[in-house]
Amino acid sequence: MEKEQFVTIEGKRVPIEGEKNLLELIRKAHFNIMTFCYHPELAAYGACRLCLVEVEGMGIVASCTVKPKDGMKVHVNTDEIRHLRRINLELLLSSGNHDCTLCSKSNNCKLQKLAKDMDVTEIRFKSKKLDSHKDATSPALVRDHSKCILCGNCVRICNEVQGIGAIDFAFRGFRSKIATAFNKELGQSHECVSCGQCARVCPTGALMPNSSEIEDVFKAINDPKKKVAVHIAPAVRVGLGEMFGLPQGQNVDGKIATALRMLGFDYVYDTAFAADLTIVEEATEFLERFKKGVNLPQFTSCCPAWINYVEKFAPEFIPNLSTARSPMQMMGPILKADYEDKGGKREDLVVVAVMPCSAKKTEAKRDEFYVNDNPDTDYVVTTVGLARMIKEAGIDFVNLENEWFDMPFGTKTGAGVIFGASGGVMEAALRYALAELDPANARSVKFSSLREGTVFKEKTVEIGDVKIRTAVVSGLKNARKLLDDIKAGKDHYDFIEVMSCQGGCVAGAGQPQFDGWAPRRKRAEGLYQEDTELAYKSQDNSGVQALYGRILDKVGGPLAHKLLHTHYYDRKDRTGQQK
Amino acid sequence: MTDRFAPAAKILEDHQYDSSKLIPILQKVQDEYKYLPEDIMRFIANELDISPARVFGVATFFAHFAITPKGKHIIRVCNGTACHVKGSSFVINTVKDKLKLKDGQDTTEDMMFTLECVSCLGACGLAPVMVMDDVVHGQITPAKAVEIIDSVIASEAKNAD
Amino acid sequence: MPTKNIEKIAKDYNDAYKKITGRVVICGGTGCIAGGSLKVYEAFQQEMEKRKIGFCLQITKDCHENYLSLSGCRGFCAMGPLVSVGDIFYTKVKPEDVPEIVEKTLMKGEVIDRLLYHNPANNQKAKTLADIPFYAKQERILLHDCGRINPEDINEYIAHGGYAQAKRAYTEMTDEEVCKEMITSGLRGRGGGGFPTGKKWDLTRVEPGAKKYVICNADEGDPGAFMDRSVMEGNPNAVLEGMMIAARAIGADEGYIYVRMEYPLAIQRVRTAIKQAEELGILGENVFGSGLNFKINVMEGAGAFVCGEETALIASVEGKRGMPRIKPPYPSQSGLFGKPTVINNVETLATVPKIMEMGAEEFRKIGTLGSPGTKTFAVTGHIANTGLVEVPMGTTLRQVIDDVAGGTTNDDGTVNKSAFKAAQIGGPSGGCLTREHLDIPLDFDSLKSVGAMVGSGGLVVMNNKTCMVNVARFFLEFTQRESCGKCVPCREGTEQMLTMLNDIVEGRATLKTLENLEDLAKAVQKASLCALGKTAPNPVLSTLKHFREEYLAHVVDKCCPAGVCKALARFEIVASKCKGCGMCKRACPVGAISGDVGKPHHIDPKKCIKCGGCKSTCKFGAVVTGA
Repeated sequence: MEKEQFVTIEGKRVPIEGEKNLLELIRKAHFNIMTFCYHPELAAYGACRLCLVEVEGMGIVASCTVKPKDGMKVHVNTDEIRHLRRINLELLLSSGNHDCTLCSKSNNCKLQKLAKDMDVTEIRFKSKKLDSHKDATSPALVRDHSKCILCGNCVRICNEVQGIGAIDFAFRGFRSKIATAFNKELGQSHECVSCGQCARVCPTGALMPNSSEIEDVFKAINDPKKKVAVHIAPAVRVGLGEMFGLPQGQNVDGKIATALRMLGFDYVYDTAFAADLTIVEEATEFLERFKKGVNLPQFTSCCPAWINYVEKFAPEFIPNLSTARSPMQMMGPILKADYEDKGGKREDLVVVAVMPCSAKKTEAKRDEFYVNDNPDTDYVVTTVGLARMIKEAGIDFVNLENEWFDMPFGTKTGAGVIFGASGGVMEAALRYALAELDPANARSVKFSSLREGTVFKEKTVEIGDVKIRTAVVSGLKNARKLLDDIKAGKDHYDFIEVMSCQGGCVAGAGQPQFDGWAPRRKRAEGLYQEDTELAYKSQDNSGVQALYGRILDKVGGPLAHKLLHTHYYDRKDRTGQQK
Repeated sequence: MTDRFAPAAKILEDHQYDSSKLIPILQKVQDEYKYLPEDIMRFIANELDISPARVFGVATFFAHFAITPKGKHIIRVCNGTACHVKGSSFVINTVKDKLKLKDGQDTTEDMMFTLECVSCLGACGLAPVMVMDDVVHGQITPAKAVEIIDSVIASEAKNAD
Repeated sequence: MPTKNIEKIAKDYNDAYKKITGRVVICGGTGCIAGGSLKVYEAFQQEMEKRKIGFCLQITKDCHENYLSLSGCRGFCAMGPLVSVGDIFYTKVKPEDVPEIVEKTLMKGEVIDRLLYHNPANNQKAKTLADIPFYAKQERILLHDCGRINPEDINEYIAHGGYAQAKRAYTEMTDEEVCKEMITSGLRGRGGGGFPTGKKWDLTRVEPGAKKYVICNADEGDPGAFMDRSVMEGNPNAVLEGMMIAARAIGADEGYIYVRMEYPLAIQRVRTAIKQAEELGILGENVFGSGLNFKINVMEGAGAFVCGEETALIASVEGKRGMPRIKPPYPSQSGLFGKPTVINNVETLATVPKIMEMGAEEFRKIGTLGSPGTKTFAVTGHIANTGLVEVPMGTTLRQVIDDVAGGTTNDDGTVNKSAFKAAQIGGPSGGCLTREHLDIPLDFDSLKSVGAMVGSGGLVVMNNKTCMVNVARFFLEFTQRESCGKCVPCREGTEQMLTMLNDIVEGRATLKTLENLEDLAKAVQKASLCALGKTAPNPVLSTLKHFREEYLAHVVDKCCPAGVCKALARFEIVASKCKGCGMCKRACPVGAISGDVGKPHHIDPKKCIKCGGCKSTCKFGAVVTGA
């Protein structure tokens, strides 16, 4: 047996167990050294210099980039290191606008936390870069360069995980900044797909989902002429609790329903209802394509950043996208049609969607989702945005009783709920398809391969001698690789679920900030738990069934098509190429 | 291929569409177009299959690249060590004053002059040195610098007549 | 293509050269060209054509009569343009001098007295290089051929024994033997850190992998250093040969020369040398019949000092922003495109063939035990002979400044050895040496022991009219501007240090500022990611150490003792000294000076932009700066 290897950290022997760097080992030893540029999901960068430690024989090193070696003796809190760390922090605080009381990231900001932990009460250096120009041109995200500490996490996630590179470092030295191509405002960026993963890994308030709509939502609620309907996406119920100190992944849908009513919403619905509707339309579409053998593989279309990606970077796959709208964009027109059906005026119903996502904000603003200048979805609020509304209203969320969603658009099946986790849409679609094709054996098929694993999963179902090959991919760089392999003829699938965020919507940019895979798993578990308490497949949703024949004609019918399907545009940049 | 992009396309071809040669490519593009226009950078990025933000990042990192057009006449004042200890900063300040350049501005409003302060032109024996449109002027003084600029302004005015 | 027989090339060249009756060499280094040497070159051609004197511009077997060529930098830049006719060495030659030179010196062998170098030390004229202390006191091994041979003719390099060592390395030695030779020689990298070259090669040699690279770091960004440029301009083939030997040692088949774009002449000469070497099959496939290949690419830097740092240089060759990354892994393990890579600077590589030629043991005898060999320094500033010098490691600062470079000068250019105040060595990354260091030997270890470094070899001499706070500010402004912006201490720290130095030179600082400056400087030194950041505070810390009283004068008395710092200076004319000549009035670019001819003049402080033009023009010392 190989000899165990140890590093001695402040006199304590800590075994090396495959940690990729010294920092991980130090954290394992419960020295929780805070850093900005080190992120467990990204490549080490070594720039913030807060993880400096002293290794005997090596001197002062950045622990995030040192490989642990047997016998190393490490000191993490010598006077010199404490001093260097403090100066570094003072330098960061001197550069930019760090007025915590006026920052939405307050209480959730790493810079603030570190300054508090180190009790920094005075900065010896002159304040610089105080100009706080906010770039709020993108509906999805707001940037504030004066809060940026140039850790580069956003640049790396956009490159390494999403494979896009919409932002990068520009200029040099003290003038360095994170910029889009040609330093455009984010709203004018051709490359940004609004996935918001950059905001998820931003340690400060430099990049955050755009929350400007919250004010409009409050106004609509207080407008006596309007009725306001709200619906919450599956991932929201397993994310929001964290904002109130509840355990990660705890499903708080009952409390949310209560809180939404207390906020003054007139109708409180569940996006999972529309998810069931999406499955009915999308799975039906798939079965038709599958029978005819056209436009395969079919790609899911409920992730708006993925749609942006295909339109901008892979328009050759547009025919492969399902034309079914996302649940959010099915819910809006259905609610408005229902309101009109009951004699109301379309523009008097305000539809608010609570989403775990920043890209949903851009989706709601697409031209094709407007009828006579009135949008299908009026406002999109993120999970974190909803928490803010609850806090502002003074609602004691933790101690709320559970209430239930309003009918009929609060009904849902487990298939609709699991949409929030990567693999959930595919599982829901296969539940639908199997019931249509092979009702006798439908319930015996297990989907563990779509629930376990991380960014790439597969499942092949066999019905007689018919095989349906499906894949689930999350993270756009992984999606790109899959597209390339399909183009190269290396991979063959019939149906593919793509989510832009690794792990699916539970890991969206609108959710409370987190690192690593454990939080994603806990949130997904919360959804799969609710699934066990609900009906199994989307076609069993009584509310959905009632819809066909009342507001819609039949599944896949012309009226259903008008309200529930959409189309896509080739938006690829072809500067300089002959048209 | 539109005419505007043809030279850039040729440059890409000469560099085998190799994205690791981005810097030489941008150097040639700048030689051709006099600066790095946005649409050309975007074209380069698309053709090399790299993000335009990366091209922009590289273009703004290196001092030699210009993302805005330069003036008709380029004045380079050396601020290398030898020139500095012999008073080049006085020359630079005087030129800035003369051309009415604000801090951070290097090209005059009328696009006539661009002032570049460079680190060592290698003519330390002639320090301090100023280069007006590739003509080296050694042992420059603030007054001589103004004289040289005035002569260029005068010949421009003459040409305009 | 098989490599051409270099012995035959050398013999043919030497045979043809014997038929030459006279040789005129005009310095074609950047300094002399800026001074007009190309016009001198043209004037020689015109004059000889006019007089129907036979001459050639390139040695071929048909040559006879005179050979006219440009050379690389001869180092004596202050005296340029330089021309030698046979052994006779002329300085400050103008095109109008050429007819006389042709008539008297070239045709009759007569010496033109006024063009000879005048040695102020003994008031004598120097006829040849050997008579000039600047050259006589040097030991030119690396620079021996710079200025003697035509850098654009590979044949002359070969005729002087060039590429024989590369041939030996490729055909008679193993890779291990080549590394061993370098280890034995004790050669240390001339680019900054002084890492043993042989050890670096050997570490790369033992790395597995079929693809390896050699990179020649010619991104000489230190303002005021031009050793590497001079070598590339004067003897580019030596650099190529050094790269070939390095490639042989580590098993590389491809090399890059990364040259800063501010060196167009060096780039052109290196490209010419590569082309000629390729034509002779010296570079390319199956080098010297060894079965090994080697090709060299030239990459022009686009203007970033930080690219002198090896990982930043690699990033930029790969087409990325020149930002350094953390080491390890070292380039020897994972360098260019992730392959094992050796990076050496120009001077190091150009020394390699010389070591091979003289033998490692002989090389060791030069210089000191810990730092064998010679080192070139670019001596600039308040010095009589601005230029490039090569001396054995361990030569003292005093010897370099006084004996070789002719001594410190006053502001008006007159030699005044006692005016020496300080010398900045190693550029913006280095430290300053003061009077107390005049007798320390210049070598890696001695300099390190006093908080300075050999660095690139820039040596800026400053006289007693220099403000050291201003000098520190100048270097810091440079590194601040050149910081890549990646790590916090360097990006934010150098900016804050510069702010504090600005406060000091503009009279806003307090003693607390000084304390914070020193504290921050030390932190930036310790905590930065790469060498640029780690060394950026050196000029500040070393001036604080040696010239603290000057800082205190700025901070406490709000006075710049040297009268350099504008905000603390006031230009005045001392009426008793003013002759009313009007020179200052004409020199003033803003018309701030008034006065009648023959009467004392006056400076209007409201109009004065403190450019200093009046002070440098006044021949009577009447313009003074007060606080």
